[in-house]
Amino acid sequence: MLDQTFYQKADEIIAFYGKKPASLIPIMQDIQGEYRYLPGELLTYVAGQIGITEAKAYSVATFYENFSFEPKGKYVIKVCDGTACHVRKSAPILEKFQKELGLSAKKHTTDDMLFTVETVSCLGACGLAPTVMVNEEVHPKMTPEKVLELLQELRGEKG
Amino acid sequence: MIKSRDELNRACESAKQSLASYDCRILVCSGTGCIATGSQKIYEEFQKIAGGTPGIVIDFKPHDEGRHVGVKKTGCQGVCELGPLVRIQKGDKVVQYTKVQVSDCQEIFDTSVTADGVVERLLYTQKGVSYKSPDEIPFIAKQTRVVLENCGKFDAESFDEYLASGGFQAFQKALFEMKPADVVDEIDKSGLRGRGGGGFPAGKKWKQVAGQAEKERYVVCNGDEGDPGAFMDGSVMEGDPYKLIEGMMIAGYAVGSQNGYIYVRAEYPMSVARLRHAIKELEERNMLGDHILGTDFCFHMHINRGAGAFVCGEGSALTASIEGNRGMPRTKPPRTVEKGLWAKPTVLNNVETYANVPKIILQGSDWYRSIGTEGTPGTKTFSLTGTIQNTGLIEVPMGTTLREIIFDIGGGLKDGGTFKAVQIGGPSGGCLTEEHLDVPLDFESIKKYGAIVGSGGLVVMDDHTCMVEVARFFMSFTQRESCGKCTPCREGTKRMLEILEKIVAGNGEMEDLDRLEEIAQMVKNMALCGLGKSAPLPVLSTLKLFRNEYEEHIVDKKCRAKVCQAMRRFVIDPQKCKGCGKCARNCPASAITGEKKAPHKIDPNICIKCGACMENCAFDAISVEA
Repeated sequence: MLDQTFYQKADEIIAFYGKKPASLIPIMQDIQGEYRYLPGELLTYVAGQIGITEAKAYSVATFYENFSFEPKGKYVIKVCDGTACHVRKSAPILEKFQKELGLSAKKHTTDDMLFTVETVSCLGACGLAPTVMVNEEVHPKMTPEKVLELLQELRGEKG
Repeated sequence: MIKSRDELNRACESAKQSLASYDCRILVCSGTGCIATGSQKIYEEFQKIAGGTPGIVIDFKPHDEGRHVGVKKTGCQGVCELGPLVRIQKGDKVVQYTKVQVSDCQEIFDTSVTADGVVERLLYTQKGVSYKSPDEIPFIAKQTRVVLENCGKFDAESFDEYLASGGFQAFQKALFEMKPADVVDEIDKSGLRGRGGGGFPAGKKWKQVAGQAEKERYVVCNGDEGDPGAFMDGSVMEGDPYKLIEGMMIAGYAVGSQNGYIYVRAEYPMSVARLRHAIKELEERNMLGDHILGTDFCFHMHINRGAGAFVCGEGSALTASIEGNRGMPRTKPPRTVEKGLWAKPTVLNNVETYANVPKIILQGSDWYRSIGTEGTPGTKTFSLTGTIQNTGLIEVPMGTTLREIIFDIGGGLKDGGTFKAVQIGGPSGGCLTEEHLDVPLDFESIKKYGAIVGSGGLVVMDDHTCMVEVARFFMSFTQRESCGKCTPCREGTKRMLEILEKIVAGNGEMEDLDRLEEIAQMVKNMALCGLGKSAPLPVLSTLKLFRNEYEEHIVDKKCRAKVCQAMRRFVIDPQKCKGCGKCARNCPASAITGEKKAPHKIDPNICIKCGACMENCAFDAISVEA
């Protein structure tokens, strides 16, 4: 069972976008923005509130890459693997993150829930390739060495 | 509140006055690129310095005493690679500074703001020549900026500065001096073509929507710039959001629509923030809403954020997504102009297309036709990236050649590399090589060579790029992004990817090339939507232009660019090896042997080509052979 505060938050978000089927995506985006994932029970609740079936809500949520039913880490690290970053060697940067954090193509989040590592297709800062985005902050001209510095810096912030 | 044309003109006059009353403006680039290199801190530092200097006022009315200095956040100033970028503007005189650090701010302030000097070491330098004014920099001087004219010059978050730069003149001209049909005609005559990739004439589209019997209509902007390696539209949304909105308002007036939607991709949080800010400000002034400027014209703007699906760049998928559904394309007809958003007639254009509209209305279709080519008038923005000297955002007349773009504007290849190919049009585009460098770029000319202009991503590749691997890269992208609705795309991209992976891994057979070609043709002809139809283009184009590289991978098991891991051969240079043994200790496969203090050797039969030895060698003794 989710805490009652989750439902209160959901009510606020639903009220903001209006109880209509077209509000589904922005509502899910805001819920995920709040909790860094989309709790399944909450999605069921939202579906009921805006008048769509649970199946419909799940079919939409699973279609879009951005929605996650798994809780994500405090720092979501998106390694850009767009064309510009790819030709400027982004693959070793992803490998370095995965190696340092003990993650893989299947395991995205560290057990301490601090880091999630994913790839993204383009961050729009191609002039500074290769790039990495941590939450909403873009880090330019990355190298495997800078990966270590970045992780250290983020770990420092934690304390 | 601005309630009439007179009031808008008065607001414009007073905005111009306050813009003219600045003694000096410090313009800090706040595009995604420069923010990433730390321009926000530069902005704060200048605020602090200017605010703390006696005699300088940063918050003032036109007639206040003191020196009027403005610290402003602008849109993309262009040369992203050299950020953070700062411009110091005094009247018509502008100095462009590059790679500005927080520690440089005081010096810039003392030299260029309170005095009239220049900090030489921070100027843009190319081939030993320093350039003071941004307009002299070859990268910018060789461009023609229509869509990007305001980017980097004005505060991207200020309605007043947009007004002062001539904003909303086109809108009021349309609203008060033209009938909706005249507006459509003007756009039609200008020959403006959709800049999202298809190149469909915008005027024709508007005419079709305006002619529908159904009166409820929508204006939708595709800001789902999903092509990896493209950031032109993002830069317009961040750098000149008001211009996009003005373009959409004119479209709304022209086709009789009361609602506009902008669909922005999720990876552009800054675009969303700037657009939201702009919409809010326009609503507060009654420039958006009901009875705009006291007329019967009502227009409301909405923003929808994408959720990470490339296919939503396709028109019918995009409207499905706005409606709250899975973003899947549908069969056409009916087309979007007949049954688009909520099954109502819809004008759907991309960001750059709308951003062209105000200037066409203001200066006329003849002016617009004087730029570009006969078939494709106007300019095109490109994002110039890859292994090129000057990366960044550019805008050139249609018909410009690749040679001018890559070598004159882009400054040639990075680190003295050799030009191999340029990938144009994103994952649905193709490659062009040396022999195509002098082809004038427009929608038709490029198609002949198996590529498309697309939305405008230009990724330059040098001889360290493996074309087979590039084809695999694009296919892995389109395969992952295929929505799965139609079989040719869903299955075809998967099978093509498998074959490409097989070749890259060194297990390819010659028959694979025929299979690849056959599937590619099938997907191209049979897929449901434009994205599926164009997904095989990178394969077809590399197969045509770089067949020898495919064959080398298959027959000789050789990757000339030394990129494909399975074909790399690690060797130790006996001259450089000191015999420290570090590589042997780090080799997970125990493939390295040798006596202490004597050159070591790698057994190619045991080596798993992971590269751990090379990474760990302190003497640079390990290299890769093709």
